[in-house]
Amino acid sequence: MSTENPADCQTVNRREVIKTLFTLAAAYTATGCKREADSLSTFFHTHFKEMSPEKLASTMESWERRYKKRYNREISVNATPAQEGVLFGYALDVSRCIGCRKCVYACVDENNQSRDPQVHWITVLEMDNKHGIDLRHADAYYEAEKVPREDKFYFPVQCQQCENPACVKSCPVKATWKDPDGIVVVDYEWCVGCRCCVTACPYGARSFNWARPNVPAEEINPVTEYLGNRPRPQGVVEKCTFCMQRSRNGKYPACVEVCPVGARKFGNLLDPNSEINYVLKNHRIFILKEELNTQPKFFYYFSI
Amino acid sequence: MKAIIRIMFNGSYAYYAWVFFLLVCIVQGLMAYASQFTDGLIVTNMRDSVSWGYYIGNFTFLVGVAASAVMLVIPAYVYNWKPIKEVVIFGELLAVAAIVMCLLFVLVDMGHPERLWHMIPGLGMPNFPNSLMAWDALVLNAYLAINLFVVIYLLWSAYQGKPYNTKIVIPLVILSIPLAIGIHTVTAFLYSGMASRPYWNASILAPRFLASALCSGPAVLLILFQVLRKITPLEIKDNAIHKIAELMAYAMGFNLFLFGAEIFKEYYSNTHHLVHYEYLLFGVNGEPSPIALYAWTSLIFSFVAFFLFVIPATRRNFFTMNIGALLIYFSVYIEKGIALIIPGFTPDSLGQIYAYTPSATELRVAVGIFGIGFLIFTLFVRVGIFLLFERKEVPEPIHEISPGEAAEGSSI
Amino acid sequence: MKMRTKLILLYAMLAATAGLVSSLDIPESTDSGAGAVPEDLIAVAPPPFSEGVFPCSDCHFEDDEVDLDPREVDFHDTVHFDHASDSRWCLDCHDAQNRDMLHLADGRLIPFEESYRLCGQCHAQQLRDWEAGDHGRRTGEWSGTKQYLLCAHCHDPHSPTFESLTPLPPPIRQEEIK
Repeated sequence: MSTENPADCQTVNRREVIKTLFTLAAAYTATGCKREADSLSTFFHTHFKEMSPEKLASTMESWERRYKKRYNREISVNATPAQEGVLFGYALDVSRCIGCRKCVYACVDENNQSRDPQVHWITVLEMDNKHGIDLRHADAYYEAEKVPREDKFYFPVQCQQCENPACVKSCPVKATWKDPDGIVVVDYEWCVGCRCCVTACPYGARSFNWARPNVPAEEINPVTEYLGNRPRPQGVVEKCTFCMQRSRNGKYPACVEVCPVGARKFGNLLDPNSEINYVLKNHRIFILKEELNTQPKFFYYFSI
Repeated sequence: MKAIIRIMFNGSYAYYAWVFFLLVCIVQGLMAYASQFTDGLIVTNMRDSVSWGYYIGNFTFLVGVAASAVMLVIPAYVYNWKPIKEVVIFGELLAVAAIVMCLLFVLVDMGHPERLWHMIPGLGMPNFPNSLMAWDALVLNAYLAINLFVVIYLLWSAYQGKPYNTKIVIPLVILSIPLAIGIHTVTAFLYSGMASRPYWNASILAPRFLASALCSGPAVLLILFQVLRKITPLEIKDNAIHKIAELMAYAMGFNLFLFGAEIFKEYYSNTHHLVHYEYLLFGVNGEPSPIALYAWTSLIFSFVAFFLFVIPATRRNFFTMNIGALLIYFSVYIEKGIALIIPGFTPDSLGQIYAYTPSATELRVAVGIFGIGFLIFTLFVRVGIFLLFERKEVPEPIHEISPGEAAEGSSI
Repeated sequence: MKMRTKLILLYAMLAATAGLVSSLDIPESTDSGAGAVPEDLIAVAPPPFSEGVFPCSDCHFEDDEVDLDPREVDFHDTVHFDHASDSRWCLDCHDAQNRDMLHLADGRLIPFEESYRLCGQCHAQQLRDWEAGDHGRRTGEWSGTKQYLLCAHCHDPHSPTFESLTPLPPPIRQEEIK
């Protein structure tokens, strides 16, 4: 309810309103420009899938130049395609995991997640033996002198690379999709930041860049993928890609290699002789929230 | 055009004061938004666990307000029921203002609002038919376009002193009826389609949205009509107001019934999904919920309003009816703005609890958006009143129109 | 050949393992399909000896007289023996004459590089899973050369139960992300 002196109000005439509006627009634009030097140049950025091979190559180069300028070091930006005849699968032995969180931080280092504000792609949940796998009794923030703690077990969760991904379905602009090798990727230059996918994901696997991500230049992993671990802009969603910069080049994801107890298994589901298929054949596996029919390619099992 | 602007700048001191107040709201909102645009959504209290909050809550509420214009259009045009017909334009104006606010609330919630063009068919890559958000953007814009066209056409006809062409208006108005139901249903589907959030993943959500919209929208109009007939020559018969109030009583009863049905299902079956209702109404893990007070307020307001409207004596008494209208308005505002969104995310999909409440920036931006909505509404109503009732006079300060909206404005 | 014997050789150090493995150049590569893996095709990292203990023959000589009575031995004080200790002792695995080798139950000598065969005598299931890439940590390439770790890289053969670790810090609570 207005309590202004009517005399003041009379001064509001057309010219002044227009002047105010122009000033505001100018101020608004000025603050907007401060946000990110890339803002204008990415405004007309093409969707990844719409790029011709030449356009793709020049885009990768321009991002390399941009990062070189920003971080003052060589950072390669690649668009490695999915390998033919490969469908990635992942298995995690819940009975072995000790909850040391080495995977969480190996992932942060490998994939250039923001240090501040903190972004983690892997969440390790501590659960009670007596409750079993019950998210109501799960704690992601456990602090312990030593792990594993008595009467507890540990349950890491990350992107489950669903065959039927709810996140992809929910995206209003097709900025996220499932590649032929099963990896769900995000085009950071197409994402509008509406967070439908964050809401749709039943596994809390998607993170939003609430502020401009911050990674010290010397800590950046310089081997990056355009749809994967390259430094991200503010205001877009990011997620685990099974370390596509590694896995598409034949290597294990960082979390697999770092796990001190060998609880993490990875490989090609289409290769009958792969480690992952041995695990799936020889253990009783289960998937998280199977009733949602997301059909994850991330499997859990208890080997002991 | 000049004439229209002249009309807009013409009014009583109270009118100026009201407009000035709205401009202050808008300016401070823009300032808050500027900091959000620069620093990112970190200045809100939304985080990965609760990735939608107050903005999307307001959006949902306003979709309901916009959709309820249909409440008036149906009897006026379909049954050719004269007492409401003249005021339909104000309902449509309300819809236009509400939709503009809806779109603004979605816009400020986006990490990259400048990439909005990615959603435009032909230009961007809207994800049809999979994404409910893409559908929502489509139907909201279609609804906005139709209502804006009807409103401007009606005003234009009045400006030229010609009767409007019913062959243009009636089909469009009739088309806007399914669209009104559509925008609200699609918005409800946006939530109820999310299997990841059991709190929303209920088929009853869309009917609940419609029922609550048919309470809150007309509540705004009831008060608006009383103001209009006081300050303009417009004749709105008591009969019409009582009829709307009666229809609202049914909607309120139905709304409560649907809520009760949901509460029964959750509490009787007592599954894990109950935890979200526990968070809404009480709290979980021994921690009291910061939104429980709002939830109970909303529920009590809703019950009181229902009784005020369902009892003929209090419904026909303008004093108690107005109290009821305010109560139901606030009840639905809390229900959509807070009680719908936040418990859906708390606990989050991995069972973790982040106790979200909106930040100062979120509140300020919301005030700014309401300011823009009310300003649009005020200016249009000003023009509408002039063209429909004061046309023969030369534009000069004539009537006050602010107090009615002022009452609404304070609800922000 | 001049040989001196020591009673105990191995001490697996979990923490040292990662660095050790990644810096190694493994000559025998394998494409290691699961199932039947010929033992000689398993690429292994060298055994994780404690510093300064190998070769054992520096101290233990072939012609030393050895008391073959099972007993507690306290010379190797870095070793804490807790591996079925009421029925096992050093020379069940370490060879009394050739201290740089281990021996299987049937007396065949095996080098430390093949110690998994020794472990697999009792832990056959684990051996099978390990060969298939199921049990234990793998590094390298999911589709090509894999670097296998020996049992002893992760499990101290003298005390195979894992020691607990200090976890890395928990995520910052979302209330505190500003």
